[in-house]
Amino acid sequence: MGSRASTLLREEEIEEIKKETGFSHSQITRLYSRFTSLDKGENGTLSREDFQRIPELAINPLGDRIINAFFPEGLDREDQVNFRGFMRTLAHFRPIEDNEKNKDPTASEPLNSRTNKLLFAFRLYDLDRDDKISRDELLQVLRMMVGVNISDEQLGSIADRTIQEADQNGDNSISFNEFIKVLEKVDVEQKMSIRFLH
Amino acid sequence: MLTRLIQREGGSMEQEMGELRRYRTQSISRGEFALSDSFYFYRKGLESIVDDQVTQRFSSEELVSWNLLTRTNHNFHYISLRLTIIWGLGVIIRYCVLFPLRITLAIIGLSWLVIGTTLVGFLPKNRVKTWLSELVHLMCYRICARGLSATIQYHNKENKPQKGGICVANHTSPIDIVILANDGCYAMVGQCHGGLMGVIQRSMVRSCPHVWFERSEMRDRHAVTSRLRAHVAAKTNLPILIFPEGTCINNTSVMMFKKGSFEIGGTIYPVAIKYDPRFGDAFWNSAKYNMVSYLLRMMTSWAIVVNVWYLPPMTREEGEDAAQFANRVKSAIAHQGGLLDMAWDGSLKRDKVKEEFKEQQQKMYSSMVVGKKRRKSETFRKDNQDTVILE
Repeated sequence: MGSRASTLLREEEIEEIKKETGFSHSQITRLYSRFTSLDKGENGTLSREDFQRIPELAINPLGDRIINAFFPEGLDREDQVNFRGFMRTLAHFRPIEDNEKNKDPTASEPLNSRTNKLLFAFRLYDLDRDDKISRDELLQVLRMMVGVNISDEQLGSIADRTIQEADQNGDNSISFNEFIKVLEKVDVEQKMSIRFLH
Repeated sequence: MLTRLIQREGGSMEQEMGELRRYRTQSISRGEFALSDSFYFYRKGLESIVDDQVTQRFSSEELVSWNLLTRTNHNFHYISLRLTIIWGLGVIIRYCVLFPLRITLAIIGLSWLVIGTTLVGFLPKNRVKTWLSELVHLMCYRICARGLSATIQYHNKENKPQKGGICVANHTSPIDIVILANDGCYAMVGQCHGGLMGVIQRSMVRSCPHVWFERSEMRDRHAVTSRLRAHVAAKTNLPILIFPEGTCINNTSVMMFKKGSFEIGGTIYPVAIKYDPRFGDAFWNSAKYNMVSYLLRMMTSWAIVVNVWYLPPMTREEGEDAAQFANRVKSAIAHQGGLLDMAWDGSLKRDKVKEEFKEQQQKMYSSMVVGKKRRKSETFRKDNQDTVILE
């Protein structure tokens, strides 16, 4: 009944997740409660349906893309994500704390660094993972955001204009570096972060 | 709520998009798309994954401090021997002392309801019969309330529902009926059941008119409305008791009121019911527990402590349609009971959310892409549904 939360999440696991994602101990246990409350099948993993059951996510125009981000392996209907994977994806949205910038320089970049946040956003556009946002991929996301309210031609010209602005090497698509360049003035730290309470 | 995981920030879609696009030379009124526009949706999406307003309403409220019931303790760990001993004593008292007493009372109460109403049913239809019927009903509900150790405090009794009116309340559990019927007599509305419930229903209707529907009738909205209208029109009938949310919510918020009840006409008497969660969790999570296990849990809690507020009667105003009227009543109830007023539909417990809400957001975003020149034709609807959802 009440003891599921702590018996299924061992201390070692919590420590590992802490190291990998930077969340605090209490945040991890509370997020685990949330994870289990979403897990209607009670098998320790979440499926796409579990996410779609959240009404606010279901009405989000980019909801499906966001759900995809939790399942990196592919578009298989049977995909499941465990708590580690769940936390890893959420970690991208942790706010950047100042003291982290001075940490061990040999350690790999934290999941919530500015670059990694941008990479997360980039991957939501770049569906086929070829490290380029093509015109089609851009159009797909645009179409999801505007629904039926804008015509194909208009949307096409918007996509063309966006690529023109960003593209520097003339390959008619946006690479990750070009993406970073276009968004260099955007306050990514604030806009792609969620204020987690302790 | 105690375990709020995140603090939601940020303003409306317009505001956020404006901030995201600040680095660009064009102002938002000229429209156009920016690669960073999607950040708004990503953040909203992830915030809702971590903590959303709706799914938490369909599970029990979390308490600030433990009330010695394991069922309310979601993050159990062993704290001290003393606490465990106290808890153990609590279990013994609740299960071995209180529970048998309560079950006995409940059985007495229900049997008396069936026997009493059947006896009264033999009388011809006159003033004595009505008086006796009310007496029997009140007695039984009071015994049942004792059977749950319910302590009820009624406020503003001068606004109590009158005959020929419709009583409307927020719904948390089937016990709501017992709570309200302790202080007055109501005509119940519901589906015909089989088994024990069916026996109770059939005997109740012998002593005074209640409105029981066959399952097939329930689907026909017109038939339902006209039967209720006929009942209300006969001014001598008891006030009908309706729960417009349509399903049990966990008593921290009031969800959308279905407008059907507000189309019947007549005076609406709103009632707000608030349970004190420290003594026992009254919410019936019908997905998790069936009726019997729910009642057992109720009878092994410490007590049921309730506050009932009778609100002044309301009628539909000129130019107000049923949905707006329903929202007005809902706000009044939420405000009085200290509950959150939500526009989300309680049927989201089981059903998927409607596509139109996604389309609303897409429409709003499109107007930002195309530019302000389109703005005039899209007057934002006065319906408060928009603002709640887009927050």
